[in-house]
Amino acid sequence: MPYQVSVFAENKPGKIERITSVLNENEINIRAITIADSGDYGIIKLLLDRPEEGCDLLKEKGIAATLKEIVAVKIEDKPGGLYHVASLLRENNINVDDAYGFMVKSHEESVFVFQVDNIQGAEKILKDAGFSTLRDKELYLL
Amino acid sequence: MFWDKDIETIDRPSLEKLQFEKLRKSLSAAASTSFYQKMFDEHNININNIKTLEHLQDLPFTTKQDLRVSYPDGMVPVSRSQIVRMHASSGTTGKSTVIFYTQKDIDDWADLVARCMVATGTHRDDVFQNMMGYGLFTGGLGLHYGAERLGCMVIPASSGNTLKQIQLMQDFETTVIHITPSYALHLVEVINEQGIDPHQMLVSKAYLGAEPYSEETRLKIENQFGIDAYNSYGMSEMNGPGVAFECTYKNGMHLWEDFYIIEIINPDTGEVLAPGEEGELVLTHINREAMPIIRYRTRDLTRIIPDQCECGRTHYRIDRIKGRTDDMLIVSGVNVFPSQIETVLMSFPEVGNNYQIVLEREDNLDRMHVKVELYSKMFHGEIKELEQLKARLRESLRALITINPRIELMEPGSLPPSMGKAKRVFDNRSI
Repeated sequence: MPYQVSVFAENKPGKIERITSVLNENEINIRAITIADSGDYGIIKLLLDRPEEGCDLLKEKGIAATLKEIVAVKIEDKPGGLYHVASLLRENNINVDDAYGFMVKSHEESVFVFQVDNIQGAEKILKDAGFSTLRDKELYLL
Repeated sequence: MFWDKDIETIDRPSLEKLQFEKLRKSLSAAASTSFYQKMFDEHNININNIKTLEHLQDLPFTTKQDLRVSYPDGMVPVSRSQIVRMHASSGTTGKSTVIFYTQKDIDDWADLVARCMVATGTHRDDVFQNMMGYGLFTGGLGLHYGAERLGCMVIPASSGNTLKQIQLMQDFETTVIHITPSYALHLVEVINEQGIDPHQMLVSKAYLGAEPYSEETRLKIENQFGIDAYNSYGMSEMNGPGVAFECTYKNGMHLWEDFYIIEIINPDTGEVLAPGEEGELVLTHINREAMPIIRYRTRDLTRIIPDQCECGRTHYRIDRIKGRTDDMLIVSGVNVFPSQIETVLMSFPEVGNNYQIVLEREDNLDRMHVKVELYSKMFHGEIKELEQLKARLRESLRALITINPRIELMEPGSLPPSMGKAKRVFDNRSI
């Protein structure tokens, strides 16, 4: 099961620097980053090549960080790529809590990452429909 | 104008004689209560040895904590059937400090408040709009009964709902209002926003209480409204409002010495200071059947103004309250101790041990910001969860302090730790 690292951060200058410096010192690579903002604070979501280790290192520095299970599905990097996944999720009445995407190879392959309540259920539906979801190692080493 | 001229202008020796007679009565009533019986026993006090007013100094102080310890009725010498009313001090959770009254106590209190109102020139033809909260808080009902006793028409508007207040003032030609100073400033602003000239309104007087405020604020309220504003002092432990009140000379508040014995003490040593010296006000209630309280430490800092007032009243005046000897905060008229806020915060496993309370005044209203650290182990990466946490914190604190605080979630370790003398309260209000 793949994980992202979710980090609590006050909405103040220097917060991303503090987090990324820990990752930099330990040569942990960030594959994707997104921030959910809620006024005076936000949650920074990081897709790391070594998420467990990254999360522990952040916690050691007193940062509120947690591992969060996600679904990562490969989609084609072309118009309509995400539409097919979105339709499938809608047909099965699956609500996406939070999502982001990133490109792996231009015009070939992208990855759509999202949070849902029922991860196994969502993965099965995607697999049954012919999409390939990424296992943790596959995702981290992309 | 006087409500009870004989007593209000009584000469000092006669007043002290009266005080001593009433003190003896109150002491023997107090001695029959479980709380004072124990206290007097522990300190080897025989109340028959109290033979002059000065001997009062031999007795121990009563504190707010004592009121909590004796909850609910450990200081009550009368039977339950004689009690007609209770009030509780604002802003407390769990064991609050409760005050009881017999019918005579309520009547006497109303008389005392009527005395205060007359001292400011209010009379039976006035229309009195009471914008203080009704309920357990004494501010609303205390003035209400006094104004009725005087014969005013009373509008029991209670606090808040500003547009309705303005309408009531206009429709019923309100001449006197009872209001917190911060709300008065807000009210006059809204009146102006409504396109009404406050100087054209019939209101001519405001009684300002329940919050500390400066002389500058009084002048601001008087000028913006075109009224006279009078300072009022009281606390539920001593009945409520009406303990001390300004007369038309507005130079200190007459503290009614036929109801209360005044002492000013050094808050650190407990030593009684000479009239005129600044210290903590200590009051002994000598006119309450249901709850005689001996040498109560008010925690308010003031001084006695010993010279006689031009109005002719002989009762000592006390100066504007300068501050507190404890950490009690008064937020929108509600008494709040930081320890109460801490208790609420610490009941949430999601928050860390460090917090800060920041008080601001925005648009003349008190705002409280509470900064709490998120506890790392309780962080699950969900904004929804954090927003719910904020809402639950807000609601729990609102139940305590009656205003909605703004909650700020902080990163773990971002606030100064609780060890040592971390400053937790930042009061940025300019009053």
